[in-house]
Amino acid sequence: MSLALSAQDITRALTRISHEILEKNQGSANIVLLGIPTRGAHLATRISSIITSIEGSEPPTGTLDITLFRDDLRMRPPRAIMPTKIPTSGIEGKDVILVDDVLFSGRTIRAALDALGEIGRPRTVQLAALVDRGHRELPIKADFIGKNLPTSKNQSVRVLLSEIDGRDEVTIEEGAEL
Amino acid sequence: MKHLLSIADLNKSEAISILDTATELARVGDGAVKKLPTLRGRTIVNLFAEDSTRTRISFEAAAKRLSADVINFSAKGSSVSKGESLKDTAMTLQAMGADAVVIRHSASGAAQRLADSQWMSGSVINAGDGTHEHPSQALLDAFTIRKHLGMGASDLAGLNVAIVGDILHSRVARSNVLLLAMLGAKVTLVAPPTLLPVGIQNWPATVSYDFDSVIPHVDVVMMLRVQQERMSDLFFPNAREYSRYFGLNGERMASMKSGAIVMHPGPMNRGLEISAEVADSARSVITEQVTNGVSVRMAILYVLLAGGALEVGSN
Repeated sequence: MSLALSAQDITRALTRISHEILEKNQGSANIVLLGIPTRGAHLATRISSIITSIEGSEPPTGTLDITLFRDDLRMRPPRAIMPTKIPTSGIEGKDVILVDDVLFSGRTIRAALDALGEIGRPRTVQLAALVDRGHRELPIKADFIGKNLPTSKNQSVRVLLSEIDGRDEVTIEEGAEL
Repeated sequence: MKHLLSIADLNKSEAISILDTATELARVGDGAVKKLPTLRGRTIVNLFAEDSTRTRISFEAAAKRLSADVINFSAKGSSVSKGESLKDTAMTLQAMGADAVVIRHSASGAAQRLADSQWMSGSVINAGDGTHEHPSQALLDAFTIRKHLGMGASDLAGLNVAIVGDILHSRVARSNVLLLAMLGAKVTLVAPPTLLPVGIQNWPATVSYDFDSVIPHVDVVMMLRVQQERMSDLFFPNAREYSRYFGLNGERMASMKSGAIVMHPGPMNRGLEISAEVADSARSVITEQVTNGVSVRMAILYVLLAGGALEVGSN
């Protein structure tokens, strides 16, 4: 096991991502942050509060569960469905920023795009990920990345967040993803 | 979990996870998204060898919202009415590639027979077998109670539920007693002695013959239909007497606790076990039970069918 990001690194990365989101979208007026449960949702909340402290107004923030849209449902036991909370302002015509902890195969994001398509038609969809570990299986890339972590497929990336795990930390462990 | 045959097959955490899943799926139904791709390409057969309105339509709506293909099959108008056996019917369904069969049958244990046999490989969901069980109804009832009175808790601990009427013939009562007791509710069965089954003392519930003494203390009154089609003997002197002692009318409803709700699995005999005044009152959650039925059945189909060949634990 090796430490890839410390608590401070995570805070810095999220602060930078927040600034990049604001830069790319010329402010927070039209953006909607949607975190993918479980950890993406907490990251979206953190980015939202950083943006609030910079801009003075809070961007609409919600969660988007993609379980029912996964393409690997038949290969795994059923997973628990997490809450989907779309801000009341909706996503129609908005710049939606999807937030996830680790970008790996890209299949989660494909499912998220399908889920979004059922809800409405955003003006743009952008992707923020705390860690990009490579090994994409689909033509998907992130717009905002906390850290690129070169990994082998026999390793797994573990993200811990203080909201649920008690501390902030990203580690690389030997042994393939479960 | 492959089949849903009886509440007895579930443990408390499985039951709660179905209710939680249904809660999330209900939000889907409320929102703009009415259709999910989750069970695309799966075939679900509704095999109804006994009449049904709510359950069949509810399972059909649930399957369609999850994008499954639904084949409806009822005894009337099929080869079952020519005397085809359950085995031959099941093998036909297997040959057509059914991933799940939702079965309602007048024989108790029909769903179990189908699940234990090698006639077909899909999941079996019991949608009511004779006077045995009706697990999806119990789950939707528990879901409805939790939504109204659960105060955010995951189970039903501390709630008092009265189940009133034809317990003897009621599969809904059997499933509900098991599930509600498992979730921590205190269940009281109210019925004339003739409509209570043998062995009732072993059920996780108390029994009362006096509806009026029970009604002020309960949070939920669940009325059962008097199942005249299953009654070959005389179980009570006449309908008026039954209605006077065990029917829920406006006067009895007035003695209910504030916030207490009235439930009925349908179809109702208005004027017999429940008066129209009660059925259409603000306490009645009867139509909401139907709405919740779709979400709960979506959750059941999701839990049974969405997973693949791997069993839980091998992940």
